[in-house]
Amino acid sequence: MASKSICLYFQVHQPTRLRLYRFFDIGKDSHYYDDFANRTILRRVAQKCYLPMNQLMLELIGQYKGKFKIAYSISGSALEQFQRFAPEVIESFKALAATGRVEFLAETYYHSLASLASESEFRHQVQKHAALIEELFGVKPVTFRNTELIYSNGIGEMVYDMGYKTMLTEGARHIMGWQSPNYVYTGETQPKLKLLLRNYSLSDDIAFRFSNKGWNMWPLSAEKYVNWMKESAKEGDIVNLFMDYETFGEHQSAESGIFDFMRALPGAVLKDGTFGFATPAEIVKKYKPVSDIAVEDPISWADEERDVTAWLGNELQSEAYKKVYAMTEKLSIVNDPDLWNDFGHLQESDHFYYMCTKFFSDGEVHKYFNPYDTPYEAFINYMNVISDFQIRLDEKRAALDVKETAHEEMKKAPAKKPVRKTVAKKK
Amino acid sequence: MRVLMFGWEFPPHIAGGLGTACEGIVKGLAYNGVETLFVMPSASGDEDQSATTIINASDVAVDNVSETVEEYLDKVKFIHIGSNLVPYADPEEFGKLVEEDKKRQVKDFSISFGQKFKFSGKYGANLMEEVARYAMVGGTIAMQKKDEFDVIHAHDWLTYYAGIAAKELTGKPLVIHVHATSFDRGSVDNIDTRVFAIEKKGMEIADRVVTVSDLTRTTVINRYGINPDKVVTVHNAVDFSGRENLVVERGVKEPVVTFLGRITYQKGPEYFIEAAAKVLKRTKNVRFVMAGSGDMMNRAIRHAARLGISDRFHFTGFLRGMDVQKMFALSDVYIMPSISEPFGISPLEAMRTGVPSIISKQSGAAEILKYAFKVDFWDVDAMADDIYALLSYPALADFSARMGYDEVNALKWNGACAKLKKVYESVVK
Repeated sequence: MASKSICLYFQVHQPTRLRLYRFFDIGKDSHYYDDFANRTILRRVAQKCYLPMNQLMLELIGQYKGKFKIAYSISGSALEQFQRFAPEVIESFKALAATGRVEFLAETYYHSLASLASESEFRHQVQKHAALIEELFGVKPVTFRNTELIYSNGIGEMVYDMGYKTMLTEGARHIMGWQSPNYVYTGETQPKLKLLLRNYSLSDDIAFRFSNKGWNMWPLSAEKYVNWMKESAKEGDIVNLFMDYETFGEHQSAESGIFDFMRALPGAVLKDGTFGFATPAEIVKKYKPVSDIAVEDPISWADEERDVTAWLGNELQSEAYKKVYAMTEKLSIVNDPDLWNDFGHLQESDHFYYMCTKFFSDGEVHKYFNPYDTPYEAFINYMNVISDFQIRLDEKRAALDVKETAHEEMKKAPAKKPVRKTVAKKK
Repeated sequence: MRVLMFGWEFPPHIAGGLGTACEGIVKGLAYNGVETLFVMPSASGDEDQSATTIINASDVAVDNVSETVEEYLDKVKFIHIGSNLVPYADPEEFGKLVEEDKKRQVKDFSISFGQKFKFSGKYGANLMEEVARYAMVGGTIAMQKKDEFDVIHAHDWLTYYAGIAAKELTGKPLVIHVHATSFDRGSVDNIDTRVFAIEKKGMEIADRVVTVSDLTRTTVINRYGINPDKVVTVHNAVDFSGRENLVVERGVKEPVVTFLGRITYQKGPEYFIEAAAKVLKRTKNVRFVMAGSGDMMNRAIRHAARLGISDRFHFTGFLRGMDVQKMFALSDVYIMPSISEPFGISPLEAMRTGVPSIISKQSGAAEILKYAFKVDFWDVDAMADDIYALLSYPALADFSARMGYDEVNALKWNGACAKLKKVYESVVK
């Protein structure tokens, strides 16, 4: 029996891209999304990545009879798009769920930055996501991963409070110092929350470097990679390989051999015998935490900085972020399902990522993920949408006032029977 | 009276306001009984020639108008194709370089004779070369049409060389028309010295200099050192004939305050943003739009974001075609806070659409528009006051809209061109 474990977790997410929304549209047209682009991109990625990779995972799970295990986190935004544009992807995830070897993690429904902005909104989105996962895959998530692996002491406390005993985050160098990410840790201010930290070096060997022919380790074989993992885990119990699922077939093309690599990996690992595969929930049962980790300012898995400046690093981003979350209170008074729905999609972290100015010079990788030519265009477009949203919100709010006034009037009038009804309960 | 006129563009294919003004001028001149031959670098053939005859410089081969190449070069010696900057050359070496350059020029010009040059007629990278070639072709045309005009009229620095060449070769009087100067394109300590030199040369050689405003007249006199006696202001006009005002369905409920133009330093976009922030402190019932693009656009976006007003301050990017009319139709107040504006046609467009306008005192239009609100470009408090007043007091807005509409409709090129005809008459013996 292998004493050490590999924890493979894949992130599945697709943003709800906004259409070109001009000033002239404000107040006239409240459809914000580029359905054509969203559908086209989703169907392409489904063909190149989701469907073939799910098929491969299913085969490997069958082939190794329970010894190969993986975890997924699928954002609500992605699941909505699957339901609309490629329901067969949902079916293939259901087939994976049915094997019992796959753990589905909880996250914010809209892949949002709510954990940084609003506790109530954060909780709402986590619950909404968990409910959808349970509905689709029949399992209630027990492990949490936040958008882009964003974590801080405070976020950890909220997450534990919501009933999650385990959380995934980045093994950020500036936080870890000399410590190895290959152990289970706990939160500093919530010691009952267990933390699994991404081994960024080994994860990025697959996610970023795999097809790079200029890399002195190219080409990467499963055997070579197992040796690296053994080397890394000399110190430690686990190797946490966390990456975007789109790595397979989309970021790294099928021609690069990425699927062959993944097909060979479980066999190579199991043959070597040092490692087994385990899901996050199994890992925390099997291994004891070695220490706590102090994270005052939020960390993430993005960029060299491993902080949140990819989304909230410049004045455009903070302005957009402030303006969108300033509406939370009014929204909960109005409590309109259509507005909630748009509000959720407008919170997707991707919209803020498009406004990032860090990569003006070497924006190749980022450009790939970005439908806008410049961060300024992204900002203008987003703010125009927000303006329209605000108008709708204000109109609904005003209508509510009229109703309430009428209600008050009725109360004042000599009533035939006592009026006891209050305004509709808010969620 | 017959005029050989050098322009750079003519509707329908225009990049700026110069072409539109030229069309108004030739039509106004025709009304006043003045015939024009209008030369442009690259005509498309779909120009309206009812009031003028268009000569496409791209169709004309450079003629051997002088006895020898040397003589030609001697007459039009100011023309240099290409710019040869040689840093750190000692005097002897420099002399040698100048000789070589002269030889090269003679060669270049010899080759040019008998050839046509395909002008782009745009404002591209080899603009200086096009300007010099335009002068050569312009000289040729002037010689060919020698008996068909009495006076030469050149619009803005791009055509000054052509005008000078025509004057040097035919001996006929030259009027140059200053629609803008280098000081309207860059700040005082950051002007293009090559363009400045061409402008100064043109103004010095011209028999009369026409400016589009007294503001520009002052610039010509003070900054270019031109004798005030030969500088005459003829204010621009606008041709609104056949214009129907658009009816546009509004999306936003709030009144809209609009800036429309290039987002560059001289247009004062930053002052508009500051004024907007001040107004928004007093009322939320307003939206601001900055329409257009330019090298200060990104800075303006950041500026608005920093002030936290981005949900009320919108950017549209560059507007094309009908979108410009649409933007005016959606506006309740128009603002032009230019730091330097030789004339500024956009407030006239706004007022014609029934939109009250606030313009900077540093614009030529301020000299003739009685019913526009005038503020110093730097006075954001006054700007904010006027915006607020126009939004809050309907009587004021209605009055200025109505009076402004009548005012700009009364501005006609026919009147401006009568003045222009007098200018011609003063130089033709």
